[in-house]
Amino acid sequence: MKLGISAYGAYVPRYRIKVDEIAKVWGDDADDYKNGLMVTEKSVPDMDEDTATIAVEAARNAILRGADPKKIGAIYVGSESHPYAVKPTATIVAAAIGAPNRMTAADYEFACKAGTAAVQTCMGVVAAGIAETGMAIGADVSQGAPGDALEYTAAAGGAAFVISKENHIAVINHTCSFTTDTPDFWRREGADYPRHGGRFTGEPGYFKHVLSASKMMLEHQGTKPSDYAYAVFHQPNGKFPSRAAQTLGFTKEQIKPGLTCPKMGNTYSGASMVGLAATLDIAKPGDRIFVTSFGSGAGSDSFDITVTDRITEVQDKATKVWDYIRDAKYIDYATYAKHKGKINVDS
Amino acid sequence: MRDVAIIGAGCTRFGEMWERSFRDIVVEAGVQAIVDAQLSGDEIEAMYVGNMSGGMFVSQEHTGSLIADFTGMAQEKHIPATRVEAACASGGLALRHAIMSVASGYHDVVVAAGVEKMTDVETGVTVDALASAADREWEGFVGATFPALYAMIARLHMHRYGTTREQLASVAVKNHRHALHNARAQFRNEITIDTVTNASMVSDPFTLFDCSPITDGAAAVIVAPADKAREYTDSPVYVLGSGQATDTISLHSRKDICTLGASVAAGKRAYEMAHVTPRDIDLVEVHDCFTIAEILAIEDLGFFKKGTGGKATLNGETTYGGKIPVNTSGGLKACGHPVGATGIKQAVECVEQLRGVAGKRQVEGAEIAMTHNVGGTGGTAVCHIFSNARRK
Amino acid sequence: MSVPRFWREIPARYNLIGTKCETCGTHYFPPRRLCPKCRRQGKIVEHQFKGTGEVVTYSTVYTPGESWIGSKPYTLAIIKLDEGPMMTSQVICEPSEVKIGMRVKRVFRKIGQDGEKGMIHYGTKFVPDKK
Repeated sequence: MKLGISAYGAYVPRYRIKVDEIAKVWGDDADDYKNGLMVTEKSVPDMDEDTATIAVEAARNAILRGADPKKIGAIYVGSESHPYAVKPTATIVAAAIGAPNRMTAADYEFACKAGTAAVQTCMGVVAAGIAETGMAIGADVSQGAPGDALEYTAAAGGAAFVISKENHIAVINHTCSFTTDTPDFWRREGADYPRHGGRFTGEPGYFKHVLSASKMMLEHQGTKPSDYAYAVFHQPNGKFPSRAAQTLGFTKEQIKPGLTCPKMGNTYSGASMVGLAATLDIAKPGDRIFVTSFGSGAGSDSFDITVTDRITEVQDKATKVWDYIRDAKYIDYATYAKHKGKINVDS
Repeated sequence: MRDVAIIGAGCTRFGEMWERSFRDIVVEAGVQAIVDAQLSGDEIEAMYVGNMSGGMFVSQEHTGSLIADFTGMAQEKHIPATRVEAACASGGLALRHAIMSVASGYHDVVVAAGVEKMTDVETGVTVDALASAADREWEGFVGATFPALYAMIARLHMHRYGTTREQLASVAVKNHRHALHNARAQFRNEITIDTVTNASMVSDPFTLFDCSPITDGAAAVIVAPADKAREYTDSPVYVLGSGQATDTISLHSRKDICTLGASVAAGKRAYEMAHVTPRDIDLVEVHDCFTIAEILAIEDLGFFKKGTGGKATLNGETTYGGKIPVNTSGGLKACGHPVGATGIKQAVECVEQLRGVAGKRQVEGAEIAMTHNVGGTGGTAVCHIFSNARRK
Repeated sequence: MSVPRFWREIPARYNLIGTKCETCGTHYFPPRRLCPKCRRQGKIVEHQFKGTGEVVTYSTVYTPGESWIGSKPYTLAIIKLDEGPMMTSQVICEPSEVKIGMRVKRVFRKIGQDGEKGMIHYGTKFVPDKK
């Protein structure tokens, strides 16, 4: 039995703020961040956008690419900025896309890899015959405290993938995960912004997990980096995925289509999902795609994917990731603060 | 059906009355009307009170009882008092019900009052209360405010008929000029077209001066059978016609966004009942809650062809010496708009004009006057036609 | 808006599910449960609207009601849906961008909320349709 992706869709809000604009406010050297993080600008949600609205827009793009909402039997939404602490985002998505009531749904949280965890859950649910198709979404309106390094990258966006046994645009050959208990980044209940371990987030966090999961995958599949047309690694900034790719032996060209972070920032649970969507946007039948996500706390999910002939039928049916990225509207820090609700208008 | 006459009229000053409560102002208007009609008060058999939103403005429902109580009509007399609500047309509708109760023979002497106390809440609450006159579910819910709804009518009127920013402004300029001579008016200052166009934006293309203000005020009239009117007063004003009509509550469901179908229908019914045409009307008090609303009104009531109301206003056709003086009181814009009271105040203005006691506001030789009171964006309209002479 | 009152209309608010009278063929959005044309002879069924249409008229709101202060200015519009009926909604664009006759398409957005701790009201707004 083959499991795979039968439709996908992404969404990126229009607004952008440049690293220079943020640096100006805090007296930072913009070039330090642009060179150090390899990020020049990030996406900002509109005032009326949140994880639920982004998830819905991504899901609707998947429907434009051929997903039948009536056949969806499961929806899982991964995010670290669900609009409600208690009350699922997934049911909002279900209602907004007209999914039937005869389905299961839940919200996921595993820092930045909640979206790929949702993909794995959908694979299980579909494989077990519990649902005919399942929809996995990773979306975030990422939080980063004003003045913190995270503020330069915390962005908004998301992607939705429909998992099924048939009608594939890409087959998932295998998935595997590497998980430990590593407190590199967290947000306590009730806290507005996450805290992180600074440089501790690098080696013991991101790299240990991404490299371990990726090596497990290559070993299990008996493949080498050159067997893949493209690769996507979780992108908290532009630098980490580039270094992970290089360490594993992937080229800059392989990661280029999915490396969206430099131009739109880190969409947390959406980051590797948006990267995969951007890669599917340009992939050709037969292309093999390597994906490894990372979620702080910590874990990585790896996927080995082969694109099918049907991909060309769906690519142009909804807005592509890089078209969203190019349709940018730049705003200043004051407008950004208004959009992000950082201005208290409650009297 | 008996003919009906107004035998007494009273109206408070309109404006921000910080020291006076809902009940204070309605008692004042009622007493004025009773004194004007030379009644003791014992003659009064029933009361209709127009009040849009006591519930939201002063958290007070059951205003019929409250007003009967504080006007001394409840404790001994126990008169029937009915609150009537049709948003900003509540006053006009209260008058219509008072007229019907006398015309039917049910009662002889009936008070029609209107009252709104709008300044006891913050502006945001007022905006929200007024928005409840539109469809809360499908207009208010998505952020529609009253200025925005009328601004959308204005936008389309400008687009379709070439109505200009200056023409809209000329409504406010004219009504401020009229209000100079009205001691009750909220604003008694002359303004220019620039005053309107340079004011702060409320809802594009409307500035603050395109909008009627937030006002406290009350008004009352007393109606009696026309045959008995002279038993009370030497200067009765006869009701020739009364018309009421509805249209969809939401603007988006209308057949034509630039025509208030309810105004057309209510006007037509009033004209038919009065056996008059727009040419016979000597002055009209129309519902200018926004500048565009007066332009719509003078078109929908047949004084000007659809699309020409703005031009006519700018050309002076709607003031003294023009085709028809409109809003000699200053209208809702300058006299003020305590929503539930407005419809009654319009009748009070007509009474004074038809009695020939309007002073510097007097329309010379006025014999027939008309009122036009609108609820919401035109979900309800109520028109009345009055004369100082009995029906021929 | 109270929880049940909002909840009741979720299919219409989120997904533009309106109604249609099978007797006369008229589409209704916002939904009507009685056809005003056919009244008792009408037969109302659900209808999924496509979510495309054009701007009939509009106004940018600078003085909103209390709960909207944080999102001012915003542009309100009457949209004529391609199936026929007109509805009131917001168009998300620069105030200078909106025009009468402009093509628009639906998007899913937050409409409002019952305070910081209350329910979030999602629904349909429109954006310029560049296609």
